[in-house]
Amino acid sequence: MIRTLMAATALATLASPAFAETISVAPGDGAQERLQEALILAEPGDEIVLAAGRFDLTDGLSLDVDGVTVRGAGMHASVLDFSGQRGAGESLLVTSDGVTLRNFGMENPKGDGIKSKGADDIVYQGVRVTWTNGPAATNGAYGLYPVESTGILIDGCEVSGASDAGIYVGQSSKITVRNSTARANVAGIEIENSRQAIVERNFVTENTGGILVFDLPGLPVKNGGEVLVRNNLVANNTTPNFAPEGNIVASVRRGTGIMVMANDTVWVGQNMLYDNPTAPIMVIAYPLAFEDPEYNPYPREISIDHNQVDEGGTDPQFEGAEMLLAAFGGALPPVMWDGLEDPEMTTLMVHPDLAGWSVNLPEQGAGIESARPGPLDVGAIGQPISIEGWGAPDELEARLK
Amino acid sequence: MIRNLAILGAAVATLAVSAGVQALPPPKVDDTLIASDSLPKTLGNYGFFLDRAANDPAPGVVPYRLNMPLFSDGADKHRFVYVPDGQEIAIGDQGLLEFPVGSALIKTFAFGEGGGQRKIETRVLLHRADGWVALPYVWNEEQTEATLALAGKRVPVTTPWGEEISYRVPNKNQCKECHGLEGAVTPIGPKTRNLSTAWLQSFLGTVPEGADTMPRWEDRAAADRTAAARAYLDVNCAHCHRPGSTASNSGLDLRWETDDPHAIGINKRPVAAGRGSGGLQFDIVPGDPEASILVYRMGSGEPGVAMPELGKATVDEEGVALVERWIAGL
Repeated sequence: MIRTLMAATALATLASPAFAETISVAPGDGAQERLQEALILAEPGDEIVLAAGRFDLTDGLSLDVDGVTVRGAGMHASVLDFSGQRGAGESLLVTSDGVTLRNFGMENPKGDGIKSKGADDIVYQGVRVTWTNGPAATNGAYGLYPVESTGILIDGCEVSGASDAGIYVGQSSKITVRNSTARANVAGIEIENSRQAIVERNFVTENTGGILVFDLPGLPVKNGGEVLVRNNLVANNTTPNFAPEGNIVASVRRGTGIMVMANDTVWVGQNMLYDNPTAPIMVIAYPLAFEDPEYNPYPREISIDHNQVDEGGTDPQFEGAEMLLAAFGGALPPVMWDGLEDPEMTTLMVHPDLAGWSVNLPEQGAGIESARPGPLDVGAIGQPISIEGWGAPDELEARLK
Repeated sequence: MIRNLAILGAAVATLAVSAGVQALPPPKVDDTLIASDSLPKTLGNYGFFLDRAANDPAPGVVPYRLNMPLFSDGADKHRFVYVPDGQEIAIGDQGLLEFPVGSALIKTFAFGEGGGQRKIETRVLLHRADGWVALPYVWNEEQTEATLALAGKRVPVTTPWGEEISYRVPNKNQCKECHGLEGAVTPIGPKTRNLSTAWLQSFLGTVPEGADTMPRWEDRAAADRTAAARAYLDVNCAHCHRPGSTASNSGLDLRWETDDPHAIGINKRPVAAGRGSGGLQFDIVPGDPEASILVYRMGSGEPGVAMPELGKATVDEEGVALVERWIAGL
């Protein structure tokens, strides 16, 4: 059933619908107003269908109705083009629960691409965000940006060119990021200050850093952890860092594969890591000064299981790299740890097949110049951890098509 | 609870002004429409004004002003509040006036001087049984009618300093980006600390403690530099940058009442600023406005960098100067 968006009838009353409806929006004149009006007038259960073609948009769009689906004819067929964007901090903002975004593309957002904030139980499937000029500091920060939400499923999406993270999940829980491609961003996929996240079967390539699991101080949602990173292909992450200074990812070294900073309970296993020449796998404490008394800057209970890895850090972006390379025989072993730990906790456990090295920093906040590098000396991984309750809830999986 | 004593006085005054006007329906504010679940198509439907140009408020519709206003590209603002006859107003958290169900806040944005002034939009906040609703109305060329623009609109205007800009009328959801708190729409402006003693005395019949403490914009040069800047940041930024609101995930809390230095940005690193950081490390660097991300973003007009994100097509140079002066003295 198609509901025609005749302003007069639609505006006359907002009676509750008997059942869900389908609202079609085509590109062309007035696309900004027609699409935004559809997003406002949608009712729970409705589907907004983006016709094939290019929508020229000038201002941020937003959706604040629960249970709405926005779907297009394909990530390359229905394209929201924000090249002419003149206002707003993100191109699509979702603030309601139970939303599904499916099969459309977005190009050249001026700020963030799609931000969903306080939007529980959201599904992103087959959504593409591209900055078409490739890596540039003038690109927006995040491609897909769910934050402060419970229940997030990202499947079959594609982001490239983000000047911060392609797929960024922050201050959230019950998260799955799967089957997605993150290419040519500063960070491919970043899970930050979040819990119960599964990152699996993604292709993460040509970024500065591939997959980052970060916990930062001073945020409203603290104590990130319970993150599983498995079965990802993390390769050729050799793009020079193009993030604007001041952002935490601006400190990520070119050639970082999977990086864990602080956090409690992270399992990294069964990934394929090739050509990440600073460090295929890096585990470090938060390196900066902080004031937050509730913050633990050290990684705790980090398990590095078997991963398929090449020779390791062949071109590390550190001061003194040449000496390090000579000391380690031409390549730094694949697992790099800064050597900092919470004395009351187990920091790191590594599968015996994987070699590693420690920077052996003397204290949290110390610079690389005070390094005393040596071989990695940590225990082997222990029992598999329970991931019960991790990842997106079943109800979100059931929405995949 | 305070009786709304001003209603009668305002009604008498406005009736006198409009005595010569020929029957312009409806003669009084349409309480049924405010309370309904409809989205009225024109501003005229409500009966907030006695004339089509929305200059003469109807009985019960009371003009007010704020000590420290929100900057909106230099728009001149005409604010009115309507409270149904006999209803009571409470004083809520941080002195926010709590208007009863059936109330409305009306704000018209206009550019130009004197008789040449042109109204661009009128935003209406309606207090309905299930909460506040925010609706934007855009004025026609003839200035005789403002029509609902749910999806917002762009309108070319000339700012008071002669700059040609594409002025953005927000869409209905964008209204909530600023007016949203814990997921519900709420008024922002009318807090007792930002209202004059005289107006409160006339409107409420009493002046609550803590009223009229924010400096007036026009007195900013002589005002205490901290008070002036913090009032400006509260009014222009804190509707998003506070817990429970649009920018809560930034951890930046710019409310007037916040006293934690880190929360107001002092030596605080950005969280999700992207290129909004401008290559700088901290939101506020004491004594160094040029090294402060806050100043950088306020001073930018570029989407993705500019703050505020909405309702700004041009930089508030005088507002930036106010904040720079404060940071320089920290």
